Amino acid sequence: MHTYNNGHHWAARYADWVIRWRWWVLLASIALAILAASGGRFVQMNNDYRVFFSEDNPQRQAFEQLQRTYTKVDNILFAVVPREGEGFSANTLAAVEQLTEQAWQLPYSLRVDSVTNFQHTRADGDSLVVQDLVENAIDMTPTERNAAKAIALNEPALAGKLVNTDGSIVGVNVTFQLPDKSMNAGPEAVAAARALMKNIENEYGVQVRATGTVMLFNAFFEASMNDMSSLIPMMYGVILLITVLLLRSVTATLATTAVIVFSILSAMGAAGHIGIQLTPPSSAAPTIIMTLAVADSIHILITLLAGMRRGLGKLEALRESIRVNLGPVFLTSATTAVGFLSMNFSDAQPFRDLGNITAIGVMAAFVYSTALLPALIALLPLRARQSQSATVGDRTIDRLANVVVHHPKGVLMAVTLVSASLLALIPLNELDDNFVTYFDESTSFRQDTDFINEHFSGIYQVQYSLNSNIENGVSHPLFLRKVHDFTQWLRQQPEVRHVNSISDTFQRLNKNLHADNPNFYRLPNDAELAAQYLLLYELSLPYGLDLNNRLNVKKSSTQLVVTLKDMPSAQLRQFAERGTRWLQQKTGLQAHGVGPAIMFAYIAERNIKNMLIGTLVAVFIIAALIMLALRSLRLGIISLLPTLLPAGLAFGVWGGLVGEINVAISMVAGMALGIVVDDTVHFLSKYQRARVELGLDNNAAIRYAFNSVGAAIVVTSIILVAGFTVLAQSSFGMNAKMAVLTAITIAFALVAVFTLLPALLSLCKERQPSHLTLSTTDSEGTDYVRNSV
Amino acid sequence: MYATPFRRLMLCFTIFITPSTNLLADTPSDASQKRGLNIAREADRRDAGFGDTSSQMAMVLRNRHGEQTERRMRSKTLEQQNDGDKTLIVFDNPRDVKGTAFLSFTHKTGPDDQWLYLPALKRVKRISSSNKSGPFMGSEFAFEDLSSQEIEKYTYRYLRDEHFDARDHFVIERIPVDPKSGYSRQEVWLDKSEYRVWKIDFYDRKGEHLKTLTASNYRQHLDQYWRAETFEMVNHQTGKSTELTFTQWQFQNGFSDRDFNKNSLKRAR
Repeated sequence: MHTYNNGHHWAARYADWVIRWRWWVLLASIALAILAASGGRFVQMNNDYRVFFSEDNPQRQAFEQLQRTYTKVDNILFAVVPREGEGFSANTLAAVEQLTEQAWQLPYSLRVDSVTNFQHTRADGDSLVVQDLVENAIDMTPTERNAAKAIALNEPALAGKLVNTDGSIVGVNVTFQLPDKSMNAGPEAVAAARALMKNIENEYGVQVRATGTVMLFNAFFEASMNDMSSLIPMMYGVILLITVLLLRSVTATLATTAVIVFSILSAMGAAGHIGIQLTPPSSAAPTIIMTLAVADSIHILITLLAGMRRGLGKLEALRESIRVNLGPVFLTSATTAVGFLSMNFSDAQPFRDLGNITAIGVMAAFVYSTALLPALIALLPLRARQSQSATVGDRTIDRLANVVVHHPKGVLMAVTLVSASLLALIPLNELDDNFVTYFDESTSFRQDTDFINEHFSGIYQVQYSLNSNIENGVSHPLFLRKVHDFTQWLRQQPEVRHVNSISDTFQRLNKNLHADNPNFYRLPNDAELAAQYLLLYELSLPYGLDLNNRLNVKKSSTQLVVTLKDMPSAQLRQFAERGTRWLQQKTGLQAHGVGPAIMFAYIAERNIKNMLIGTLVAVFIIAALIMLALRSLRLGIISLLPTLLPAGLAFGVWGGLVGEINVAISMVAGMALGIVVDDTVHFLSKYQRARVELGLDNNAAIRYAFNSVGAAIVVTSIILVAGFTVLAQSSFGMNAKMAVLTAITIAFALVAVFTLLPALLSLCKERQPSHLTLSTTDSEGTDYVRNSV
Repeated sequence: MYATPFRRLMLCFTIFITPSTNLLADTPSDASQKRGLNIAREADRRDAGFGDTSSQMAMVLRNRHGEQTERRMRSKTLEQQNDGDKTLIVFDNPRDVKGTAFLSFTHKTGPDDQWLYLPALKRVKRISSSNKSGPFMGSEFAFEDLSSQEIEKYTYRYLRDEHFDARDHFVIERIPVDPKSGYSRQEVWLDKSEYRVWKIDFYDRKGEHLKTLTASNYRQHLDQYWRAETFEMVNHQTGKSTELTFTQWQFQNGFSDRDFNKNSLKRAR
């Protein structure tokens, strides 16, 4: 306790100083908050899902390479769902026609593909007729509409992509070229698309649903906005409730709220100064900061009010509380910040941002709760209500202490048993980063995407770029054969809903140019013929419906776009790798399936390795901090188990109950570690002081720790669990799951600190209390939090 | 009207700004429409009577990452008195389309007539389509940018005067009549002295700036007809561009309608 004792001298002087200069401290706090918060104007939202992938992420690089070669594939897929269940009625087709026409007007739209503007080709004598499949639907006869339906259902370019198997739903796919730097392009396009959907719905009495990557960008954007606008007020409500219940004082509640507001303003403002962009994960930072900040204030205020109840004057009690709490609050803040900073090991920028903003916020909370808070308390009137004597809670804690002290082996056995069975469930967790399930069923993105996946088409797109390595090589029969074979193989895969392949176009043209003779529905067997077909076809295509999305400039390579049904990301990875293997073995072509879905499918894998390292580094630093603070190697080592075990147990419970973990959950271990270690620190420091300063024996020291700090640990745990439960209400799955798992971890930590930790202390006895001589100061004041609630 | 397929690119619109007596009575928009149309007519008038032309064409296609590829063609044009011009294009490169020949009759109203001779199939195929807004040979030029620019194909509006590169220009707006056009409107810069087109801004269907065409290296032929040798088309949305150069301009080739029919296509190579 040597360090603390020195610290306490210093802390006492600091407490006097704060009380003396309270006005100046208040003004300086306000100035600091304003200075930091001025960075808020630089804070921008980043809605691009690519922000989750670093520049050197291999899946991102492959995807961007492909986007450079062909046109981009950011899209909105509209599904027009008629009430009568007939996608080729005059009314439905008219709706699709109008939707198609007006979709060209959507901001940043580049291309519109639909059933109506599909460029149907047919032979008419020596003519190649190229025209929209549906034109002026209202004037078409039922026979003409049925003919169009038959063509659509048999057209590989349409069936499974823009029309479902029974022709009851018809679609429009809009390709967008969103500017790289603009942050509001996505939401702008979506706002226009939604207005268009509404118009079509009103005018034609059909239902229009939408999904696609542009909708995904927007869903990220809306998730952040939702979290900011609904979770933060909810969090304020919870915190007000807790502080009012615990402290029963207007002034204390006000001061706590001020600390929280200032901490958030400072953290978010600092984020703006540093140039951090807000993403759904990092927009969870305010909620987390609130949770952690309130714990600091509560510690100080509870000690303060307890002092007043014991009969101290307000300033005296305040001085005492600061003196006692400055060190512990600093230590717990520092360990928490270290935990969050471990997120910097992640490959995904949003999590690095979340970690950094929260770490700043936690340290800001330390500063404000030890400067602004005492200054406000010194200035404002404060009364402490008389507390009831020993509560049920206190008696329970007493009983628990007795059990642990008398049967440490039994407790350890029970803990080991429960732990072993829970830890055994960890392997049940499967990595799943399915970006659709990031959004819960309350979001329109999820609802429409699920609907489209179930009734209409697929939602994931995987692209393969097949390269012939010679200019104009796409017309070469051997290469075309390979493309064709791969297309056929893909169509046999159970996951595949649709394949868009140039080989279909060549077969169709070959048939058309042989008077629509179905025997000629095969690949042209001559490179010149194929090249001339392509020339003919290109000359006949309308604006925007060119082949740039399928062929590169040199016509040396072609892009296959595979549409897949919804599936867990493990299966998606497996599918992509199967495709690459098949291509290599059967055709000798090298190509990897790429696309946003693939990028997300590998994100957890890529992050988890880094996060394991990050967590280990955090463990090492935190353990070192504890050893330094408690000046005991034994306690430092004992502290590791109750700190690490809770996260493991939480993962076990998760494996048993949910079984799917996403990339955000890989962050939980490092983050939760920094939070739950606080319990251990509090408990051990009491135990240590009882042993060293009060000269109590091992068991008595354990009882002392239980009595002096048990209630406070319960209270902080309740606050933390409540805070993360609020965050768990997020509609964004990364945040919600991360919060739930963190809350479970905190709950386990509470159990561990009351069972495992004292049992270990009881069993691993010290050879001798060697640092007795180091103790210099009086004992009473070195408590962290000695009062009960 | 009389225009090379590519002539109007380099071309010419007129403005004969007749000092209209009732100018004051017109609303400003009527006046600017009339003036725009007059500029187009004058450009057209100045190029009338060229008879026929032939030239060599080369296109260099580039994407935004510097990848590039080349296409080469030959073209012949025959002026028509009361309709759009007749054009024959023979492809020389890429090699696998060598000998493919494209014949087009532009019409003042309605879809053009188009035929393609496929040497590998040894057949002439008529292309029955109202589309001409797609990319020509994968380039940034649409066929509608290249084909003869009949006055009737647009409505016009005079916008302003602009001076650059030591020339005074009219800037006119033209709006395509064809609903299948890829453009909502175009802005055209013609110099005041010769009515040559130096620049066109193309706006897509949603009114956003899509492409810019700039013409350079104009030469005068037969002391009357101006032809540019270089056209650069830049797509602002995709970052792709195409440079189109015409060389070996020949006038008075003595072409007749017999050189522009289905049979002539097969002989064209």
